[in-house]
Amino acid sequence: MMRVLNTKELIPVIRGLCIQACQHLSPNVTDALKDARRREESPLCQEILDMLIENADYADKNNLACCQDTGMTLIFMEIGQEVCWEGEPLMEAVNEGVRQGYQDGYLRKSVVADPIRRVNTRDNTPAVLHTEIVPGDQVTITVLPKGAGSENMCHVSMLTPADGVEGIKKAVLDAVDYAGGKPCPPLVIGIGIGGTMDKAAVLSKQALRREIGNRNPQPHLAELEEELLKEINDSGIGALGMGGTVTALDVHVEAYPTHIACLPLAITFQCHACRHAQAVL
Amino acid sequence: MKITLPFTLEMRESVKIGDVLELTGNIYTARDAAHGRIREAVEQGLPLPIDLKDKTIFYCGPCPAGPGRIIGPLGPTTSARMDPYVEMMFQQGMAACIGKGDRAPYVAEMCRKYKGLYLLGVGGAAALCANAVKEVEELAYPDLGTESIKRYYVEDFKVVVGIDAQGRTIQEENIRRYRRR
Repeated sequence: MMRVLNTKELIPVIRGLCIQACQHLSPNVTDALKDARRREESPLCQEILDMLIENADYADKNNLACCQDTGMTLIFMEIGQEVCWEGEPLMEAVNEGVRQGYQDGYLRKSVVADPIRRVNTRDNTPAVLHTEIVPGDQVTITVLPKGAGSENMCHVSMLTPADGVEGIKKAVLDAVDYAGGKPCPPLVIGIGIGGTMDKAAVLSKQALRREIGNRNPQPHLAELEEELLKEINDSGIGALGMGGTVTALDVHVEAYPTHIACLPLAITFQCHACRHAQAVL
Repeated sequence: MKITLPFTLEMRESVKIGDVLELTGNIYTARDAAHGRIREAVEQGLPLPIDLKDKTIFYCGPCPAGPGRIIGPLGPTTSARMDPYVEMMFQQGMAACIGKGDRAPYVAEMCRKYKGLYLLGVGGAAALCANAVKEVEELAYPDLGTESIKRYYVEDFKVVVGIDAQGRTIQEENIRRYRRR
């Protein structure tokens, strides 16, 4: 039995998710910041974390963007294979939702139409849309506004099988040290391992959808997450790179089968405002 | 420490890395695109959009103002992208710049040479930071939208000294102190 959905139903949902994600940090993120404040040893970083917690609360209560970089809008849609779309092209509906959300939420328009000519589109469109076809008749939409301070620190390494887990760890820790305070730590770090270069990159983004504190269900990947989290926090970078004991709120690893000759690794940095909002249609 | 802008040479020489400053006075926004245009003007010998002498430049592109507000949420952007412009800006008279994140080692050398400061804003505290801004005036490049040059009159705007006029950098010294690997 097909479920017919008109693409225009997406518009108000995506509009609302853009505003929700940018103005109202989830309790999962604010709790993680409060926990970081308890663990942080540097007085300067404690002061910074206090400000970030107060800022999140103030933004939430006053319907303001918690950060001025409201990002390029990354959207994941898991579309049930029993859904049949009608109406305008889906991408147009997605962009209309983004347009309305960034306009009505007083969010910054940070997208240029061409990477070389660089003229602002003035409505934050187009979004970057990743679709997955899944079983069922529902559509799960996640909006993840991605700021550039953290995005510019992302990294891809085409490792070889011989590099193994040690090679993965070294590449991640090198990327964290190189990034320093630029991506606005304390970070959530998404790591994609396996597949092809593009698959690893998408996995590293999908990893950011997971709640802070949740581990990968596969024990060897959960162990890698724990080990990386400890070593990243031993880097000394601290909140906003001012020197401290909490550099990451969490590390999320996602893996996929790969070629006998490959070990692709992608690292996505996400800032302390790990913004995302989700809805199910 | 409360500071009334503009920075004098004596003030710049007296503060040191890690000092928390509360700035009151005018600061001027310029980020990637505005710096590109300033460089073009300097290279072509054209007049600059603002006189940079003793100015504090804020690497910032704000959100639009909502109802009843003069400016939307705002905060520092990543400074490293402006590293290639720092010497030119100091040569034009810039006293200090405000941004976030560490910078290329040569920026510390520039701060020492020109007795300038690199100040760290609190990245991601944008809703609170906007409350420190009491006046907004767009001065140049309005076509750049959020990237235009604006004057903000701020009161008690909190920043941390990241690189001082001796060329010391906070990241280098503080990160080492907390590093455990």
